[in-house]
Amino acid sequence: MDKDPNNILEEVTQGEYKYGFYTDIEMDTAPKGLTEDTIRFISAKKNEPEWLLQFRLDAYHKWLGMTEPAWAHLHHPPIDYQNIIYYAAPKRKKELASLDEVDPELIATFNKLGISLEEQKRLSGVAVDAVIDSVSVKTTFSETLEKQGIIFCSFSEAVQKVPDLVKQYLGSVVPSEDNYFAALNSAVFSDGSFCYIPKGVRCPIELSTYFRINAANTGQFERTLIIGDENSYVSYMEGCTAPMRDENQLHAAIVEIIALKEAEVKYSTVQNWYPGNKKGEGGIYNFVTKRGICKGNNSKISWTQVETGSAITWKYPSVVLMGDNSVGEFYSVAVTNNYQQADTGSKMIHLGKNTRSTIVSKGISAGHSSNSYRGLVKMTKRAENSRNFSQCDSLLLGDKCGAHTFPYIKTENKTSIVEHEATTSKISDDQLFYCNQRGISTESAIGLIVNGYAREVLKQLPMEFAVEAQKLLSISLEGSVG
Amino acid sequence: MDGTITGGTTTREALLRLWEEKHGMLGSNDPERVSQLRHGAMEVFRTMGFPHIKLEKWRNTDLSRMLGNVFTFPFEARIENVDLDEVFKCDVPGFNTFMVAQYNGRYIERGNQLNEASKGVIVCSLADAFIKHADLIEAHFGRYADTANNSLTALNTAFARDGVFIYVPDNVVVSEIIQIVNIINSADTVFLQPRNLVIAGRNSSLKLVQCDDSIDDHPGFINAVTEVYAGENAVIDHYKLQNKNDRSALVNTMYFQLEAGSSLSTNAISLNGGLIRNETNVKLNGRGSHADVLGVYLMDRNQHVDNQVFIDHAMPDCTSNELFKGILDDHASGVFNGHILVRQDAQRTNAYQNNKNILISDKAVIDTKPFLEIYADDVKCSHGATVGQLDSEAMFYLRSRGISHDNARMLLMYAFAAEIVNKISIPQLRLRIDDLVKKRLRGELSVCDQCVLHCNAREQRVAFEIDMSKI
Repeated sequence: MDKDPNNILEEVTQGEYKYGFYTDIEMDTAPKGLTEDTIRFISAKKNEPEWLLQFRLDAYHKWLGMTEPAWAHLHHPPIDYQNIIYYAAPKRKKELASLDEVDPELIATFNKLGISLEEQKRLSGVAVDAVIDSVSVKTTFSETLEKQGIIFCSFSEAVQKVPDLVKQYLGSVVPSEDNYFAALNSAVFSDGSFCYIPKGVRCPIELSTYFRINAANTGQFERTLIIGDENSYVSYMEGCTAPMRDENQLHAAIVEIIALKEAEVKYSTVQNWYPGNKKGEGGIYNFVTKRGICKGNNSKISWTQVETGSAITWKYPSVVLMGDNSVGEFYSVAVTNNYQQADTGSKMIHLGKNTRSTIVSKGISAGHSSNSYRGLVKMTKRAENSRNFSQCDSLLLGDKCGAHTFPYIKTENKTSIVEHEATTSKISDDQLFYCNQRGISTESAIGLIVNGYAREVLKQLPMEFAVEAQKLLSISLEGSVG
Repeated sequence: MDGTITGGTTTREALLRLWEEKHGMLGSNDPERVSQLRHGAMEVFRTMGFPHIKLEKWRNTDLSRMLGNVFTFPFEARIENVDLDEVFKCDVPGFNTFMVAQYNGRYIERGNQLNEASKGVIVCSLADAFIKHADLIEAHFGRYADTANNSLTALNTAFARDGVFIYVPDNVVVSEIIQIVNIINSADTVFLQPRNLVIAGRNSSLKLVQCDDSIDDHPGFINAVTEVYAGENAVIDHYKLQNKNDRSALVNTMYFQLEAGSSLSTNAISLNGGLIRNETNVKLNGRGSHADVLGVYLMDRNQHVDNQVFIDHAMPDCTSNELFKGILDDHASGVFNGHILVRQDAQRTNAYQNNKNILISDKAVIDTKPFLEIYADDVKCSHGATVGQLDSEAMFYLRSRGISHDNARMLLMYAFAAEIVNKISIPQLRLRIDDLVKKRLRGELSVCDQCVLHCNAREQRVAFEIDMSKI
């Protein structure tokens, strides 16, 4: 006989975090706190040119004049910005030429994460850039990519190798004064990934970055810059995990994407930072600014995200549709459980003619969590004949969670069409009954329904990630999938 | 938020001075609770000031220009040199209502009696009610309005003196339609704050029409607050008809409190007005209560309309249905902000919310935010918003049948608005508003020559060039 559906829901929503281990690696850290000296320290560590130091200092001064935003539907104790280590890097003696030289502890870490660099390199043909705490530790496949003219390396490396490209595009999509966390990141960002796809090149493999916060008391501030030159294509993936700790850790990243004429960039994220324990203690505060700009005509940027982790998620991947006929897409599944809070969504700013955007957001809330969709669709005067369709659905598992929707729609011309739809519901008894009477247990039925609910988004993920995302859904809602 | 960023600093100061002078007079008949409420409300206004665009709820509606006027604050209605019968002559054929007149914000005693007066139905001025019906005032006044967070409501509460008071006892069905006509006619730029209180007892029924009109094109600012209480199983049918001049501002804040099993239908019809803001707050405070919140707005020139709807599902088994439709032309701007809150205990809630807009010109702007906040799991909530233009296929269909472009356009716009108009349950009023909408779409309805109810000019014939019955 089936178990009581209520109990199953509870069981289903009480999985454990599997990536909560801590790796003991010798670390090189900056002293706690944030001053101009910290910034100079980071900049000097990375041997940065003068203009970049200036960029950081400007951002720092802007940050000092800003206040932390309070409009999000989130509640957390105030963050002490002076109690954070802004730079932590695995100690390394020299430049690494091959994987063999990477610290064996690190290799073990990545093996545990299921992203064995070795294996990935050989089998899947995915180029991985792994960022641990603040610093990129290893980028695989760089040589293969170099043949095509693709630059895929850590951000610090890019600053040394292609300073002109970095200087031209850094801060062009997310200016340092954009928001509080963007300013903070611009001041103290330590590393990240850089990717440039030259004209007419279709990147043959999926590019991937793996972020991990390891050390205690550190914040992670990475910066990703992706430039798709004319007529190029790239699919980029990002994954994140962190150890289990009782205190909260801050993650404030920036991702900038530039798509020139006829370029297409597809960005997929599986975010699995440590969400805190069942009582809501610990976990990552994830305050991320992600924005892409379709600069040229006929360009396309697509964001896909699966959000299962973080105690707090504050993230609005956006697309500025500047070129005519450009396309922006946003697909998201956000799962919150226990005391997690997510305030996430997308912004689509239509500037060019005949631009199109799609937003599909699926929220799943369980436990005492709160899950909000917040989005903006703006049709400016010039954006004639533009089109947007947004759909944001919420699924509630349990009667103590909240699901909210804050869609903003602003239209300034008469030829554009904007449609927004949203529904909120729970798994209905009818659906469960239907499955039960066909011999599917309540547990599998919930899995089936949740999976079907999220399918629209999951199918957008690259194959390698789709598998991981499915696994993650099953961890977050233990037992419900597969 | 910085309290100093306020629009209308001078107006604010003038009001604060006025308060110092008049509060003794204003509160002369106050029960203890109301007196405290009044003083508390003034403190709220003193700290918060007028709402400004830095506030989330006001980000798209800027009062500062309207508040920049130099206002007078009349405390007595001057009705000399005005033929009241002429002003309040209702020209809706067959639309017999019990009319309550407010002239420049003051209740005008016209000596007429409601059919159900013998059953205990009271219609009088709020100032009178403070004296004669202190128990009802004590039980209801200021209990539903949000004076703590809404500075305009607080301001209104502090200065609440006159307005309409309606009381329907338990088990009484009011057969007549009560119509509150609010007319501004003043050579000065007036700042008015009418305050209305409507109490419908258990199993009662009430039909209420609120009309806001200007008689000339003089600027003015109205900050009206109405509290409506619906007892168990009461049925309230409420309409707001707004036809103001382009230089006036109207902030109309409604607070509905619905007890178990009661039902509300409220319909806001905005035809003209420089700046109109309708705040509709509905609290579903008893099991099985139901609210229909509807609205249509047809704006052009530089007009601005803002509909804020807040539906609070506080109890289980309630249903609500929201539908707002708007057509915006020229430089007009529209705002829709719908907020449905489903509290944790409000299981088995059904709530629907929809906002549809048509932009006719490239200069028109619409901001819409259908917002859901849900804390219960056994709910069915959905919301939708669309912004678009007239359906090109429907247009082609009409054109291919020989209907001129202008007529086809008119027909489609009319059909768009008709979805709301057809929901009006009072037949004469429906016909009348139907006519008004047609006129409005043809550009023939302006405030001065075609007011809703009190116009001296001759009725213009309303007819489409084509015979609608044949389509």
